[in-house]
Amino acid sequence: MEFFTISMLNGLSYGLLLFMLSSGLTLIFSMMGVLNFAHASFYMLGAYIAYSIARLTGFWPALVVAPLVVGALGALFERTCLRRVHKFGHVPELLITFGLAYVILELVQLVWGRSSLEFQPPEVLRGPAFTLINSSVDGLRLVWGAAPAALCSAADATVRVVCSPFPATRGFMMLIALVMLLALWLMLTRTRIGLVIQSALTHPEMVESLGHNVPRVFMLVFGAGAALAGLAGVIGGSTFITEPAMALSVGSVIFVVVVVGGMGSLTGAFLASVLIGVIQTFAVALDYSVAGLISSLGVKVSAGAADHSLLKLTISQVAPILPYLFLVLILIFRPKGLLGTREG
Amino acid sequence: MTSSAYALELKDLRKSFGKTEIIRGANLAVKPGERVAIIGPNGAGKSTLFNLISGRFGPSSGGIVLNGKNIENLSPFEISRMGLARSFQVSNLFTRLSVFENLRCGVLWSQGYKYSFWKFLSKLHDANERAEQLMKMIKLDKKRDTLAMNLTYAEQRALEIGITIAGGAEVVLLDEPTAGMSKSETRRFIELIREVTVGKTLLTVEHDMGVVFGLADKIAVLVYGEVIAFDVPDAVRANAKVQEAYLGSVLADQQAAEAGVH
Amino acid sequence: MSTTVTTPTPAAVPAPTTPASRFSFAPLNVGRFVVWGLFTLVLAVAPLIFTSSLSITMLSQMGIAIVACLSFNMLLGQGGMLSFGHAVYTGLATFVAIHVLNAIGGGLPIPVSLVPLVGGVAGMLFAVVLGFVTTKKAGTPFAMITLGIGELVFAMSLMIPEFFGGEGGVQANRVVGKAVLGITFGPQIQVYYLLAIYTLICTAAMFAFTQTPLGRMLNAVRDNPERVEFIGYSTQRVRYIAFIIAGFFAGIAGGMYALNFEIATAEVVGAARSGPYLLFTFLGGATFFFGPIIGAILMVVAFVLLSEFTKAWLLYLGLIFLFMVMYAPGGIASLIMMNLRVAAYGKLRRLWGSYLALAGTVLVMLAGAAAMIEMVYHLQLNAALGPNLRFIGVPLNAEGLDSWVGAAFVTVVGLAMFEATRRVFARQWGEIQGEIEHEIRRKEAL
Repeated sequence: MEFFTISMLNGLSYGLLLFMLSSGLTLIFSMMGVLNFAHASFYMLGAYIAYSIARLTGFWPALVVAPLVVGALGALFERTCLRRVHKFGHVPELLITFGLAYVILELVQLVWGRSSLEFQPPEVLRGPAFTLINSSVDGLRLVWGAAPAALCSAADATVRVVCSPFPATRGFMMLIALVMLLALWLMLTRTRIGLVIQSALTHPEMVESLGHNVPRVFMLVFGAGAALAGLAGVIGGSTFITEPAMALSVGSVIFVVVVVGGMGSLTGAFLASVLIGVIQTFAVALDYSVAGLISSLGVKVSAGAADHSLLKLTISQVAPILPYLFLVLILIFRPKGLLGTREG
Repeated sequence: MTSSAYALELKDLRKSFGKTEIIRGANLAVKPGERVAIIGPNGAGKSTLFNLISGRFGPSSGGIVLNGKNIENLSPFEISRMGLARSFQVSNLFTRLSVFENLRCGVLWSQGYKYSFWKFLSKLHDANERAEQLMKMIKLDKKRDTLAMNLTYAEQRALEIGITIAGGAEVVLLDEPTAGMSKSETRRFIELIREVTVGKTLLTVEHDMGVVFGLADKIAVLVYGEVIAFDVPDAVRANAKVQEAYLGSVLADQQAAEAGVH
Repeated sequence: MSTTVTTPTPAAVPAPTTPASRFSFAPLNVGRFVVWGLFTLVLAVAPLIFTSSLSITMLSQMGIAIVACLSFNMLLGQGGMLSFGHAVYTGLATFVAIHVLNAIGGGLPIPVSLVPLVGGVAGMLFAVVLGFVTTKKAGTPFAMITLGIGELVFAMSLMIPEFFGGEGGVQANRVVGKAVLGITFGPQIQVYYLLAIYTLICTAAMFAFTQTPLGRMLNAVRDNPERVEFIGYSTQRVRYIAFIIAGFFAGIAGGMYALNFEIATAEVVGAARSGPYLLFTFLGGATFFFGPIIGAILMVVAFVLLSEFTKAWLLYLGLIFLFMVMYAPGGIASLIMMNLRVAAYGKLRRLWGSYLALAGTVLVMLAGAAAMIEMVYHLQLNAALGPNLRFIGVPLNAEGLDSWVGAAFVTVVGLAMFEATRRVFARQWGEIQGEIEHEIRRKEAL
């Protein structure tokens, strides 16, 4: 029971992180028609820049400053490079963001090295936010913070006690993600600039002919998307791992999220993020083999077949490919994506 | 090969986008070889009608019958293979191919070459000759190797028509073929259209009344998604409903009142 | 046949302008023979000029890369389909070819020289299966799907050791089976000539494809996928068939790889291979048939030679790519063709000065930037050797402020001078283009 709850919460937090990333990607795609291949690179930049700032000033200033820096860099890129390529069509736009991803990866490796960095979350977030204690005698209990060792081990051998901590970093991730998305939603729906952005999402020429500086709006949106990715990077880098490969691993997942959710749909991206986040988190935690899963579904697996390497794989080993399997399945059965509105 | 008396029929055709119904029960029956001009005020749904007929999107309800066969749920290429071709209001050309290549592409399927990759284009004599013929018809033979995106506007419109008729379709839909042209260009163009559509069933959306009355055997008037009149030009000109649609009921009343007073 | 070709009435067809148009005779295209003859000659003679074993290895790799990049461009340049996962098809074919090689060693009666063809069939079959899902969409979603499938296959490569060989990959020996005419494919030179034959045949075949109805319709799909539907073709079907054919040639490249390296590891299907295919094909020029050939040669040179010169070569590559996308999206091939056109009108002479100036300022700018990059790398990787390093003969102190300031200064000055010369060049280029357009119009009016 507690395993389910904790995993669910972990999955939700990961899904919300994915949504922080894929929402920026979807906004940029909806408005400018360009799928930003370097979006995950901004994620990575956020983590690395925050790491360096945190070494000077601590975590909290880095949390604020790093996304701003990344946002500024994103806006700069839009202004100097992307805008120039806009007139060549969608393929060159995709290519230039692809080139940017390459360049950012190399620059990061150049400046910070190729091995992973010790990017620690701040003191206050290091422990668990709360712990669920499941005792076969006392039932389920919730303890804020870490549970003292005494409560986790049973004096009596017949009593089974399991302590499941929920990391504070994950809780923080959920909090930041929700706050950020609420702020985004408020800005889009309640402010004037948000109104301009919403209309420029579907009719940029019309908005421009009404006198709004649409190129500047594009730059703003691109920068904001990059900043959001950078913020996700600060949290993701300190919670998971900060290394050069983080861009590629998270990058492919958010592209899957965007295609599965339906390109151009924010709600679709939300659904797909949470779905993939939860499924992957559960899958990684499960140690059953694929053969075991199949037989538990009632299908008989012969002894010889069960030995086949494909079926011998545990679900946690298969976990990395689940998003891509999902992608292929969606494409076969529902090519529009879950809530697709706009074609590529 | 026609099993019905009509080349193209629309039977209570309806199309809604979301909650807005654009085509609200359009009915039409065009005989083979007829030249029909479709006119109507802006927003009446003329382009939508063409899009429905050519299969660009499907109707919400109702039927479209081409030479006796229902085509309302077929895809554009299936409809095209059945002998219906359309042109576009905004030239829809193969931008990086030359004039000759554009026309040849239009010819390939109807001559049976399909998806073949074991024959050389230069050896397809019938396709090449047909493309040459078309090029001369639309008077672009001097621009044989010019890329489509480098043509002038009128040349692009001519190429647009060329691609449309390249496949030898019996039913041709032309969507505002003379849009954006000067008077003299329009005159030449109408001559061209008349030449290239000899013996075919033609439907054309037009705003230029001179063109309409000069080119068409019959006129269909589309207002708010319904065909309110379908008759020879003179009868349509005198039709009260048509007058009201174009001039507005207030003005019509005023004219009637003035006529009554004087 | 429900549609018939209508012939226009006699009055509508003007008489042919010259009697020559009635003849079916066409002059022999000498240029074409010269180009292909030259290509064959270069392939045959190259190892006799560059005789070192490194050269022969590189030439062999170039052959493989040429076939791979040309097959990639069938999708990108000819079909407008941007694929981020082309290595899936070359890589999976490599694995199949390696297993077949091992089977030949175990007695399978297929000649070693046909292994690339086996790879081709494998690539084709994988394209039939995966391409069905991939070509359901176009444009950006297509690119994302290829990315997803690429990641999927790469991730699976660690899960099925029977096929993928786990961490160490699968090895084979190409010196197996019957030796025909004494050719065992042991020495690299024999492998080179076999690969050269495949390169020639595949290049010719892929060029021939561009001259077929399907090849032309593929171009039409690239230019206007919607209009294609209205002239009787199913856009998705055209893309799917082209995808399969590209997969076939990609598979041949994969088979060639297996013969050459005798090993297949998981990285042959990974993004680290798909990326360069895209990068270098685009760099070479996707809009001309020979562009990917240039790109393929550059790819091998960069991977084998450039990586020896500097650790920062991937960074330089990325930056060059960015500049190309912004300023020359047609790649090197388009630059060559544009200048050939200018030369054909006799105006290339006027640009020599500007070109030299541009080259000079770019070199200055690069020198400064490269100095800074090398200093950073030195600090990163060779810190134990102390802060001093030599950069093109100039001693630098990676921790010294004056080295940094000097390098930055050189870069900025180079940048400023480059911008100035670029503007002059742009003006001159514009003038020349205008003159050429004028002459073309004049000729048309005749």
